[in-house]
Amino acid sequence: MTRTATWRTRLLYVGVAAVVAYCLAPFYWMVVSSLRRTSDIFDTSLLPTPVSFENYRAVFDPTQGFTRALLNSLIVAGITTASALLLATFTAYAMARLEFRFKRLILTLIIATSMFPVVSIVVPLLKLFTDIGWINTYQAMIVPSMSFALPLAVWNLTTFFRQMPDELEHAAMIDGCTRGQAFRKVIIPLAAPGIFTTAIITFIAAWNEFLIALSMTNKSAIQTAPVAISKFAGATQFETPFASQMAAGVLVTVPLVVMVLLFQRRIVAGLTAGAAK
Amino acid sequence: MTDTTIPPGATVHERGSASLQPSPPVHRRRRTHVRATAGSGRMAALLVSPTILVLTVVVLYPTLMALHESLYGPKGLDPSTGFIRTREPFVGLHNYADIFGVAGQRFWNAFWNTTFFTVVTVGLETVIGVAMALIMHQAFRGRALVRAGILVPWAVPTAISGLLWRWIFNSHGIANAILGRQILWATEGFHAKVAVIVAEVWKTAPFIGLLVLAGLQVIPKEVHEAARIDGAGALRRFWHVTLPLVKPALLVAVLFRCLDALRMFDLPYILVGAQKNSVETLSMLAQNEASNVRFGPASAYAVILFLYVLLIALAFVRLLGTDLVAARDGRKTSRRRLRDVLAPRRTEVAA
Repeated sequence: MTRTATWRTRLLYVGVAAVVAYCLAPFYWMVVSSLRRTSDIFDTSLLPTPVSFENYRAVFDPTQGFTRALLNSLIVAGITTASALLLATFTAYAMARLEFRFKRLILTLIIATSMFPVVSIVVPLLKLFTDIGWINTYQAMIVPSMSFALPLAVWNLTTFFRQMPDELEHAAMIDGCTRGQAFRKVIIPLAAPGIFTTAIITFIAAWNEFLIALSMTNKSAIQTAPVAISKFAGATQFETPFASQMAAGVLVTVPLVVMVLLFQRRIVAGLTAGAAK
Repeated sequence: MTDTTIPPGATVHERGSASLQPSPPVHRRRRTHVRATAGSGRMAALLVSPTILVLTVVVLYPTLMALHESLYGPKGLDPSTGFIRTREPFVGLHNYADIFGVAGQRFWNAFWNTTFFTVVTVGLETVIGVAMALIMHQAFRGRALVRAGILVPWAVPTAISGLLWRWIFNSHGIANAILGRQILWATEGFHAKVAVIVAEVWKTAPFIGLLVLAGLQVIPKEVHEAARIDGAGALRRFWHVTLPLVKPALLVAVLFRCLDALRMFDLPYILVGAQKNSVETLSMLAQNEASNVRFGPASAYAVILFLYVLLIALAFVRLLGTDLVAARDGRKTSRRRLRDVLAPRRTEVAA
């Protein structure tokens, strides 16, 4: 009995190790490669020897314009997240708390739009934005991004609002608040963790967007970070600068990974609320 | 995390696979709801309309525009005047006819690539994701840390993961070093498909794992114990107890993944490149046409992709509708019960 139990535990840890290795090994390889010297980038040793920050310096070389790209990403993802959250908070509150006709239909439709193939709206919007001179502007990336950010935020927030007991508002309203005041002074502060989680999930989705940013821009000064990295130029036309791409990739990913590690529990709750439940 | 006080009761009862708890008394709360929210219709309209308006502008209007645009041809010389036209000529269904005729080969190739990628990646993701969830569901030290680690592939931007895997699959990269082969992964051929599939599955299997894990955690332990006492082995317990109970959560995850895989763009675009037959998907085809200012055909491709996604979604809802609905009702009931737990005084307030 004890022997099978030990074997079971061992087997479990082998499984856990396999899961962790599966998830982290490619990411680890990106970090290791980014810390190699350009001359030994094709090394396959598991540790970078010697450690070099040469690639990180290359990324911030002014000719690559990477700092600008990071700023662009921050602006586009930030504005998208803020506007989506603003609209979604009101809508989600109505979905969770008010009774009205066609509620279920409307919620289903809103969520269905997030499953929409992005290219189907990029193609016509590309033509429209070309005609009105919006190509290479922030709004040309922010407006189409709302198509996936807004439904995502609405669904997540609806779940969070639904989990809050109705008594909160009832008590506030008995104490003389109007519904609006109850919402502003009681619900919003208490829902802050949910709103925060939704903000993170929406921000990550907007930060990772590629197709819209790629299609709506053709100048490097306005490109977001993922597009800029994919277009990094090597020393010659036929050489792909893998080392600096890996370094830039690490820089773009690390903030997200840190956020994920810090808010792991909440993000999992948000993700599963948005899809599984 | 291991909170098993809220079993997905309705699902269990309705499907009759296991009857655990007496069904709770039916709560007649709707009426109090209505009273508490009397006259809320106008307020709801006020709160919901901005979202509806934005979605109309960014989703509905472009879709209709695409439909309209797909009926127009490229500008070009007007045969009657010899000048370049100022407006695009109306060509009716010509673009669609081209897709199934002249441009047929490229379209069908992209169509089959899209379908192939969807079926294979979602299949693999489901198997790997469920396996991950089963491992993560066991109690062991450092579980929270592992759960955070599992989120890393999800957080890596798809574009960056495309670059990462292109580096791994470089001809002098680590993949070839491990395999001891010299495969040119990023060139045309079946190996390019394999590269895309490996990268896609890496990024998304943990997501399914998390969703299934959430489903596993609401299954009460007693169900497994009962099955074990009845003499069911581990495999049979998984197949006949666990799987049916996580099925609703799993189906929703699979539906989401399918619809997402059908619009795959970033990964093959970066990992292998644009206009590569082996990996060109419908999204890539439409984007490629649009970036070459061939908006008519591009819109036609976009419309076809949209219809394809819609068809798959409807088929899912149709085929699995009862399970999806069961998942929803199960959630509702457990939520209601959660509210009962959280706020036992609720009825008093309402009364």
